[in-house]
Amino acid sequence: MASILTVDDSASMRQMVSFTLKGAGHDVTEASDGKEALSFAKGKKFDLVLSDVNMPNMDGIELTKSLRTLPDFKYTPILMLTTEAGLNKKQDGKAAGATGWIVKPFNPEQLLTTIKKVLG
Amino acid sequence: MEAAQQIDVNSQVNAGVEDQGDQLLTFILAGEEYGVDILRVQEIKGWDTVTPIPNTPEHIRGVINLRGTIVPIIDLRMRFGLETIEYGATTVVIVLKVISNNKSRIMGIVVDGVSDVYNISKDAMKPPPDFGSVISIDFVSGLATVGETMVIVLDIDHLLNSEDMAVVESVGGEGA
Amino acid sequence: MAIDMEQFKVTYIEESLEGLDIMESSLLGLDSGTADNETINTIFRAAHSIKGGGATFGLSSVSEFTHSVETLLDQIRNEERTITSEIVALLLTSVDVIRDLLAAEQHNENIDEERIEAVKKQFDALLESDTTSPGQTSSQEIKAESNQEQNAWLIDFRPHPDMLATGNDVVRMFRELTELGKCDINVDTNNIPALEDLNIEDCSLSWIVTLYSTCTKQQVEEVFVWVEDDCDLIISPLTQNESESSIENFEAIKSEKGKTKEIGPELVTKPIDRRNSGDRRTPTKNKTESSSIRVDIDKIDALINMVGELVITQSMLSQMGEDLNIDRLEKLKDGLGQLERNTRELQESVMRIRMIPISFAFNRFPRMIHDMCSNFGKKVELKVSGESTELDKTVMEKIGDPLVHLVRNSMDHGIELPETRAKLGKPETGTLSLNAFHQGGNIVIEISDDGAGLNKEKIRKKAIENGLIDESEELPDSKIYELLFQPGFSTAEKVTDVSGRGVGMDVVKKNIQALGGVVEVSTVAGQGTTFSIRLPLTLAILDGQLIRVGEQTYIVPLISIIESLQIEKNSINSVAGKADLYKLRDEYIPVIRLYEAFDIQPDSRSLENGLLVVVEGDGHKAGLFVDDLLAQQQVVIKSLETNYKKVEGLSGATILGDGRVALIVDVAGVIRVSQHGSNQNINSIHDNGVAA
Repeated sequence: MASILTVDDSASMRQMVSFTLKGAGHDVTEASDGKEALSFAKGKKFDLVLSDVNMPNMDGIELTKSLRTLPDFKYTPILMLTTEAGLNKKQDGKAAGATGWIVKPFNPEQLLTTIKKVLG
Repeated sequence: MEAAQQIDVNSQVNAGVEDQGDQLLTFILAGEEYGVDILRVQEIKGWDTVTPIPNTPEHIRGVINLRGTIVPIIDLRMRFGLETIEYGATTVVIVLKVISNNKSRIMGIVVDGVSDVYNISKDAMKPPPDFGSVISIDFVSGLATVGETMVIVLDIDHLLNSEDMAVVESVGGEGA
Repeated sequence: MAIDMEQFKVTYIEESLEGLDIMESSLLGLDSGTADNETINTIFRAAHSIKGGGATFGLSSVSEFTHSVETLLDQIRNEERTITSEIVALLLTSVDVIRDLLAAEQHNENIDEERIEAVKKQFDALLESDTTSPGQTSSQEIKAESNQEQNAWLIDFRPHPDMLATGNDVVRMFRELTELGKCDINVDTNNIPALEDLNIEDCSLSWIVTLYSTCTKQQVEEVFVWVEDDCDLIISPLTQNESESSIENFEAIKSEKGKTKEIGPELVTKPIDRRNSGDRRTPTKNKTESSSIRVDIDKIDALINMVGELVITQSMLSQMGEDLNIDRLEKLKDGLGQLERNTRELQESVMRIRMIPISFAFNRFPRMIHDMCSNFGKKVELKVSGESTELDKTVMEKIGDPLVHLVRNSMDHGIELPETRAKLGKPETGTLSLNAFHQGGNIVIEISDDGAGLNKEKIRKKAIENGLIDESEELPDSKIYELLFQPGFSTAEKVTDVSGRGVGMDVVKKNIQALGGVVEVSTVAGQGTTFSIRLPLTLAILDGQLIRVGEQTYIVPLISIIESLQIEKNSINSVAGKADLYKLRDEYIPVIRLYEAFDIQPDSRSLENGLLVVVEGDGHKAGLFVDDLLAQQQVVIKSLETNYKKVEGLSGATILGDGRVALIVDVAGVIRVSQHGSNQNINSIHDNGVAA
């Protein structure tokens, strides 16, 4: 149904998210860091971006900033997946332009509920 | 495997996949008809030379090269202590998949000739009587009647895995 | 439908173990002084992923423990705490603990609760000592409003103009509200600017929503949580009466200046000036035995190309076969030559896939030596070279333990204490070198130290004590050092925790021999010792000598053959009419009649009509009596055990060029069997001909 870009340096996390979303009928592209994600984004328009915050090469905050400069991604929902429950990280994300966040750990059901809310 | 479906017990089913009955490959050995589960039959070959293995019981004729894999060949007549005959044009090796301890092996049995493939419904299988000492009851799953013939259905996992085959797991799993 | 996390657990554990290796090597780097930001971030990220994944995939013990580690690392990366060597030591210990936790999870074992608690306490002590560091920052709990039955809420929602820039959608929020209950939504369009001033990206609308629901205030706030800083939001409870008159109050409320709702204290992040070092430490991987292998994509590409060539050659040949006439013979020969080349290259390509660099085996040593240095009070520098030398994966997995033992031996007995070294005029820090290189068809691994060297006299004395040699025996130095590899030999004064604990040099030698290799030692007293291990590059291929006994062809591994010769009648001696001995120069070696051992009909039973292949297996020499020697060739070892079982005297089988199966002789096994007799009673089986 929707085209989703999921970014995380942890393969197991990517697999879990991918599996969950694909199971719900979405089309999922995986990237292992912000740099890779950005290159995918430049070639394809996604309906939603799910990104971890802490990653090598380019973290989630930087990725969000860069995505927002792309015309196709100006208003695309970008959700940060983060264990950082601390407020400062949320601020960084928002400041970079992130739509919202999902707090880790989350279970597949929580993920699907949130995705559904955002995608409509 | 599809889920079991209710099938009229009396009718002979010809679908390949259902577990209300079995399909048997039957072969002849010393005038008797024996059967094995067709799902275990990997292939059927003509008899060809075999490389003997030292210090093995006589019925283990040796090993052959089956497209790169080493496969042991067992002579069933010898295995059952029947009179042995010369291998001829109809002598055939049935290559079977044998399962023991969750491990599957490939082995071949030498038989006089292959007979046919039959569908046997579960009803047509009867438990085996005591054969005495000729063939241990462990090797026989049951008796099936096909038309006029009695088919002795073999339990190949027991037949080809017993004591003298001594399927011993090697320590450390050596051997490439 | 619940999704089972089990399927992701394996991946999580694998990647976590890799992450731990990265943490460890990075920490070891920190200890030696280089503390750049990139390294610290790498360590943090590894711990962070492990913790997050642990919680997600149901490994709560891992996630709980790692939380403390992550907190500490977070402080370090935020420059709220400086790294000390105590901290590094604690972190290294925590790496071990997490490894154990993961291993326990993998193998379904119990965890050492006590140890974990002990280490955790150390973390807690450390973290508590610094009051400015927050523990777990929990999101501020917004207390729910009064317990009285709330059946409606009045929501005054005024987005800031730029609220939509973050991709948030008001429609989404209202949809969520309607899921909570019935909504009356009233929009305030008063703030929409004139058309010419209109900025379409801005949000100029605001709303008053009456939500009929018994939900909590928190649930309403949840809907707006993502935009809480980008809007003015007031949520007030309404009783039934109030809700009915809410429309009347609409105007009144609209004019009220909204107050920003404080969710929590805002922490201003310090602008951090990071020194971005370009020197990123390459992650080191240290996989223990696993049934999968990571392959360089180049190798796969080479393989694919090779197969492509093979297909071309094959189709060319088959075309020739279609229309075979004598003129084509030259072309056919060429084609076959090409086929041979393709096949050989393909074989080499495939073998190369199983080859991985020895660095995988060397990787455990920096940490090991670091720990041993503190345990023994020694200073040792590890030098590694040739770590990119490749060898077969299986060989590498099995060489690990022998290497560890040799390194431990050097650390424990070879390299002296700093004081001792200083007195001898040596630098206080000893050097341990690991070196690997290819030589011929083998890989050579050297472990050298600049320690005390082997004490010839001590070894000799010990050997005499243990009855290995005679007092009077004169042995060349090399033979004396070889005594080290005899079972039960240990010159350690006390059995230390690390070496000499039941695992001796003899086991090292046996393990190496099992891989088809040899180990040698060379030493200079006072200067150091070098152990050299030579191993074949692959286990699955063998250089063999084809021999014929009767109609059967067997393979004898070339490495076991000393020489082959025509039997001289005069050199044959018989003992008690049963065993045969052959006089070979100045020694007598037992003759093994292979036709007997393998129960074959030979060409001839009299020794002078055949050939003798002198072999050595497991330290014993023997002569194999065969009918004929055939070619020497490389053979691929095929397992007998896959479908049959292990047979004494045979180490496997192979398939010859003509498709026949030839059995491979296990020289040591055949010698053993002929000495002690076979387990099976061959004769009785022949007599009966009936199976059990």
